[in-house]
Amino acid sequence: MANKVLVFLEQRNGSIKKSSLEAVKVGKDFADKLSCDVEAFVIGAEISDLEKVGSYGVSKVTHLKNSELAMYSSTAYLKLAIKHVQDSGADILLFPNTSLGKDLAPRVAAKLDCGIAMDCIAFNFGDDIIATRPVYAGKALIDVKVNSTVKIFTLRPNVFNAGEPSGDSANVEINEISDPDLSTKVVEIKKSEGKLDVAEADIIVSGGRGLKGAENFNLIEELAEALGAAVGASRAVVDAGWRPHGEQVGQTGKTVTPTLYVAIGISGAIQHLAGMRSSKYIVAINKDKDAPIFSIADYGIAGDAFEVVPKLIEEIKKLKAE
Amino acid sequence: MKIAVCVSHVPDTAAKISIGSDGKSIDPNGVTFVLNPYDEFAIEEALKIKDAQGGEVVAISVGTDANKETLRKALAMGVDSAVLLKEDKDRDSIGIAKALAEEIKAQEAKLVFFGKQSVDFDNSITGQVTAELLDYNCVTVVVGLQIDGEKVTAEREIEGGREIVETSLPLVITAQKGLNEPRYASLKGIMQAKKKTIEEKTPAPYENMIELVAMKRPPAKQPGKILGEDSSAVPELVKLLREEAKVI
Repeated sequence: MANKVLVFLEQRNGSIKKSSLEAVKVGKDFADKLSCDVEAFVIGAEISDLEKVGSYGVSKVTHLKNSELAMYSSTAYLKLAIKHVQDSGADILLFPNTSLGKDLAPRVAAKLDCGIAMDCIAFNFGDDIIATRPVYAGKALIDVKVNSTVKIFTLRPNVFNAGEPSGDSANVEINEISDPDLSTKVVEIKKSEGKLDVAEADIIVSGGRGLKGAENFNLIEELAEALGAAVGASRAVVDAGWRPHGEQVGQTGKTVTPTLYVAIGISGAIQHLAGMRSSKYIVAINKDKDAPIFSIADYGIAGDAFEVVPKLIEEIKKLKAE
Repeated sequence: MKIAVCVSHVPDTAAKISIGSDGKSIDPNGVTFVLNPYDEFAIEEALKIKDAQGGEVVAISVGTDANKETLRKALAMGVDSAVLLKEDKDRDSIGIAKALAEEIKAQEAKLVFFGKQSVDFDNSITGQVTAELLDYNCVTVVVGLQIDGEKVTAEREIEGGREIVETSLPLVITAQKGLNEPRYASLKGIMQAKKKTIEEKTPAPYENMIELVAMKRPPAKQPGKILGEDSSAVPELVKLLREEAKVI
């Protein structure tokens, strides 16, 4: 049914991202189920510890290398990806569903004129490969089949487990690339003040209108710091200008799947719940005990955030100090 | 310069989604359909450029007659003309992109805006694919844009920061919230939009490559425990997070 699975690895600052290791593991599962080969490739400048990707299930990694490719260039990455896919003879392509993967994978589909299923969270192997993916920000799921010879799937980060490293090394083949097409090119990355991003954080502390004002978000920031968490926000407080839109969780913000999501002063509008309901554990602190957020929270405190949260910060700090 | 804005017609984010009797689509009963929220940023950016540099903005949508409501909203915001590419079947994203690319070529638009994704199927495919079919440059999830002649600098949102991207026209941009503050349609705009005709065309036929097998509800989340009504419940919460959830 398949010839070869090819996994695209994303590097930032020369390191392979965790979501790409998850993709390697999924690639290995595909290869086992479909009895075919699996390989990986990466585009970049210097990349450290590339052979360690072998620990997650591939024996061969190709590095398309040029000093100008450290940062993303959609034009260069696309041309190199297309050529590599064609040379490798792969007919199943996996990408992480990250900012870069989401930008690049559909372009590859366009050039190969093949079907693509984005943001997949599960696969079933029968007569066909059935991919499951959320729609309407997670209010529903769909099962889809890709009816083209070459098939592309992008994988939601934090859903598939990369597993423990086996210690195996991959064979790294380096292809020096000359004159990449840099007509569209990232020239600089501005980090958002060294803070964790909600899209990648393992713990998120989010605040809503119940905080009563932008100035009270120091409570949220303090709790986030104590937990080593990212700060999130509801649409209401982003629209009110209390918080930047990059922190917004929900249907017109980010869909998140952290291990722990702490919702403070958030009542739980349907578009917010859609964006965070797949979190592994949900804690809600809200004055209104009938608030919809409690219907999906594992643990709730139906109390005043200004009274509860300082105590929570204190207890967590105490625990961490032990 | 001719600018195209591609818009989609989607369920309002406040809508409750239930699965239809065919098990493959949503039950449209009681669901309000609106202009895709991210497309508002796309329209605003196109209009801002037109206001500053002159030109003409055309809105294009692929779908049924129902999409005319969304095209009227675009016209009411200030778009000059609107084209509906009529398609009664559900197309996959690549099929939508093929219809749009054909029309953008006919319109000779060198700058094209999309929302970063439609809030129905959340794919974020159509903008990039349209760009590649046209051989245009493309920057996605854009929160800042500067156009200086043919030269373009765009800021795109990524995990934990922003990328500054240098590119040039012809170009497709997919808009993210934060790019601008979309204007409200004025009463005059709404009245004028009613009088404008929406041009209808039939795109070349297309066979879907993605087959929707089933639509289902996400697994239900069991409501948990309310531990208390004030800070006296905090020690128990911390204990549960540590011992039961093992997250701290």
